[in-house]
Amino acid sequence: MPTLAHYLVLSAVLFCIGTAGVFVRRNLITILLSIEIMLNAVNLSFVAFGRAFGSADGQIIVFFVMTVAAAEAAVGLAIVIGLFRHRESLNPDTFTSLKW
Amino acid sequence: MTLFYVFAVVAVLASMLVIAQRNPIYSVLLLILSFGALSGLYVLLDAPFVAVTQIVVYAGAIMVLFLFVVMLLNAPHEDTELDEHVHPLRRPGPMRVGAVLAVALIVELGWALTRAGSQAGGDFPAAAVSSVRAIGRSLFTAYAFPFEVTSVLILVAMVGAVVLARRDSGPSVPPGA
Repeated sequence: MPTLAHYLVLSAVLFCIGTAGVFVRRNLITILLSIEIMLNAVNLSFVAFGRAFGSADGQIIVFFVMTVAAAEAAVGLAIVIGLFRHRESLNPDTFTSLKW
Repeated sequence: MTLFYVFAVVAVLASMLVIAQRNPIYSVLLLILSFGALSGLYVLLDAPFVAVTQIVVYAGAIMVLFLFVVMLLNAPHEDTELDEHVHPLRRPGPMRVGAVLAVALIVELGWALTRAGSQAGGDFPAAAVSSVRAIGRSLFTAYAFPFEVTSVLILVAMVGAVVLARRDSGPSVPPGA
């Protein structure tokens, strides 16, 4: 049977992949996708800990994380659309000025 | 055990391909595959509610939103003038920070695995809280206030998304005026 450590290692690996994606990619949408990978890695560790401690709290926290992720995706994608209208680009390096 | 490794390998490979793809559409589709594998892991963890929510909310709603924006913007390929041929430590700004951070994360992960991997690997207890009834009861009693705050958060996000994505069309003339 897989133990708690197995799930935590998998969660850490997924989190590292998400972090690498945020720093390596030069595309706003892929960066948002990497953030979703990180959120899911944390969700996995929440559920694994909840299972290990025999409590439902882990799953409830995951429910809240999912709502926050949905709100974050909606607002983030709206900002991406607004930025793309101004600069015709999705490269974050082109958005260096606070006002134009 | 076999199922765990199958789902884990699918999740890790799909996530790595997500950040390796040049085309965001493939990234989104691979991320849906990764979420499916994670949902299988939730089933293995006796959390069917989270597994179903993962599919319905994440793969069904959030990823469709991403796909919609990718197709709306119609800018599939990113500019890659400095991606190739440059050593990661010589790239400008955040990429250098990212390379250092990645090395630090890998070192820390290896340290944690060698230190804690031997004694922290306890088996899961036999009894699991997996009924949706228990989760719902807890959600509407102990977590009632955060649950209500969540609805306000969703409302704010909805209004914010509409305001941010609206075209600024100057002072609008109401129809019929």
